[in-house]
Amino acid sequence: MPPWFERHRLLIDFAVASLLRRKTRNGGLLAVYTLIVFVLGSIMLFGEAIRREAAAVLSGAPEVTAQAMRMGRHDFSTRADIQKLGRLLGITHIEGRLWGYHYDTASAANYTLQVPPAEDSAHALAPGETIVGEGVARLRKLTPGGYLFLVSAEGKLLKLKVKEMLPSASALVSSDLVLVSEPDFRSFCGLDPDVFTDIGMRVSNPQEVSKAAEKAALRLPGFRFVTRADMLRTYEALFSWREGLLLAVFAGALLAFVILAWDKASGLSAEERREIGILKGIGWDTGDVIAMKMWEGGLISVTAFLAGAVLAYGHVFLFSASLLEPVLKGWSTLYPRFPLTPSVDALELSTLAFFSIVPYMAAILVPVWRAASADPDAAMR
Amino acid sequence: MIELNDVTKVYNQGRANEVAAIRGVSLTVKAREVTVLKGPSGSGKTTLLTLIGCLARPTSGRVRLRGEAVSSLPEKFLAQLRRQTFGFIFQQHNLIRGVSALQNVMLPAYPLGLPHARLASKALELLAELGLEHRAGLTAEHLSGGEAQRVAIARALINGPEVIVADEPTANLDTALTQQFLEIVARFKSEGKTVLMTSHDPRIWQAPLADTVITLADGREAAA
Amino acid sequence: MMARERAGLKVRGSTAAAALAGFLVFLAAAETLHAALAAGPGRERREATRALTTQLGLTDLALFTEARYTRHRSLADLHSAFQDAPMAMEHFPAGSLVTPQRAFPDAALRAGTGD
Repeated sequence: MPPWFERHRLLIDFAVASLLRRKTRNGGLLAVYTLIVFVLGSIMLFGEAIRREAAAVLSGAPEVTAQAMRMGRHDFSTRADIQKLGRLLGITHIEGRLWGYHYDTASAANYTLQVPPAEDSAHALAPGETIVGEGVARLRKLTPGGYLFLVSAEGKLLKLKVKEMLPSASALVSSDLVLVSEPDFRSFCGLDPDVFTDIGMRVSNPQEVSKAAEKAALRLPGFRFVTRADMLRTYEALFSWREGLLLAVFAGALLAFVILAWDKASGLSAEERREIGILKGIGWDTGDVIAMKMWEGGLISVTAFLAGAVLAYGHVFLFSASLLEPVLKGWSTLYPRFPLTPSVDALELSTLAFFSIVPYMAAILVPVWRAASADPDAAMR
Repeated sequence: MIELNDVTKVYNQGRANEVAAIRGVSLTVKAREVTVLKGPSGSGKTTLLTLIGCLARPTSGRVRLRGEAVSSLPEKFLAQLRRQTFGFIFQQHNLIRGVSALQNVMLPAYPLGLPHARLASKALELLAELGLEHRAGLTAEHLSGGEAQRVAIARALINGPEVIVADEPTANLDTALTQQFLEIVARFKSEGKTVLMTSHDPRIWQAPLADTVITLADGREAAA
Repeated sequence: MMARERAGLKVRGSTAAAALAGFLVFLAAAETLHAALAAGPGRERREATRALTTQLGLTDLALFTEARYTRHRSLADLHSAFQDAPMAMEHFPAGSLVTPQRAFPDAALRAGTGD
């Protein structure tokens, strides 16, 4: 082995011995450091993965959704509204959509009741039949062939035979769905035959979506038009916001750690200063001392980064970010169980690496350099 | 071997706690001899030793090693001198705590990048010569005073120095250990090494192997 | 080797450090492999979910089911405050000042206004 290799190996030997000497202190520092990287990494990986997931999944959403507004609130759309839209250039399909919420007292959870679109033959339902999402099936212990009973606000009972279940892989968008036939939906919710929750529109040319929405807005002035791009933006912003919120909550702890690490790294104890003096006295030069101390800091910070990042990946992608769940879940009883597809953004990861390693190393460098460049006699005193 | 020319050393220069530790000393340390600096505490013995051993630079005056002025050399050369020419035995042994005796002995050679196995066996040999082979794995704080001092001696020898510099080597040793230390010094001398010691212990400066005794008082050379 | 054994010394620090780093890098590599292997099935799953979204005309994620404005985030009328579950998190500053209905959930359930 070349001498420089042996030299660094020997310096690492000493750095390790020196770290082990203050086992509890350095062990604690390493643990907190790792935890910080782990939490930051988890938030980052989860945020990134769910943003991608949302973008991919919601790219199948209707291009434009039109909502009637009355007195500033969401109101029903009618068949007349749909007819008013009539045939608009670029819009390939217009449909009144029926969906709404149902608070289920038995499971204390909100379901989304929905009527599958008429042209969706895969989910066509006869009255008395239902297709349920993963979460509803889990909460109500439903299996195909079983029955789901719903009680409306007016006390009306709806008995539904579970035809099938939506694939659990799609839980992210379908977990709380209860698909029912149109007659069942209207009678259960007490809706007039010619009203709809809102109007969904399909536009074939993605370039014409906003144009089509504009034209539609001229025909239905009281309506609010939500384009798919709006939805994607909404989620992009939502997860950035949640991520930001988590980070904000976490900021206090982070700050405390930064202070701790800075203090630990930058303030050389009298013993450390003396040690540097001894090492210089017995023939180490400034470079040797700095290299050794850099190895010491590097061992801590690189280990913390690697361990934290590895744990964060495992947490998010192997254990479905279970520790973040309470924060994301909020008050919802029904939380989907969905797998996240691993996606690691190299830029974000290197940003995390940079901010977890470099400041710590920098905090070490200055005082060590100062102590190590003094005469050994002065450092030992 | 080593020449000091009107050397002074002032600590905390220009501040309220300014101390002039050495106030103009000129002396010569001859090669292959044992030189002892004696004098009461505070007379500047240790300071003079650090100046000679390139652990500190003089405030004024000149230190020459083999005819070459070292006080103005850059730090890197001084470190090299400390590593290869001098072997230091400090007053409190100054072993690194939490590190094994063996590793302590090996420390001065780390910057040289020697293969670990060769270095370890060399260190172990030195420890064995001083009767400490069985203590090699103990950390510094588990050694007795005498053992720690012998480990410090082994450490001073690892790079095969020409000059052994020892500051109050017998301060914490009983008579038997002091005797043992003198035997070690005699061996150094017989091996042709230059030895420089400070001591206020008469057993040292009255010992027959002390070739030159220099007395210091108040930072100046005093008449013996 | 002999020398170290005689001295009763354990593994060299640098060896231990390299082993630790190697272990962590191995784990990272294993996770990278996991990510690579999971990418294909992940794409398929996403594609299937996307197809379901298109078939049913879904507009939002079913992540937060506690309130209208969280469940159908993009379609909710965000301008009427205090919308769904009485203890739902508010998004207006006032929401943090107005305490939830004390009798929740009993009264809310009796009145059937939980949703």
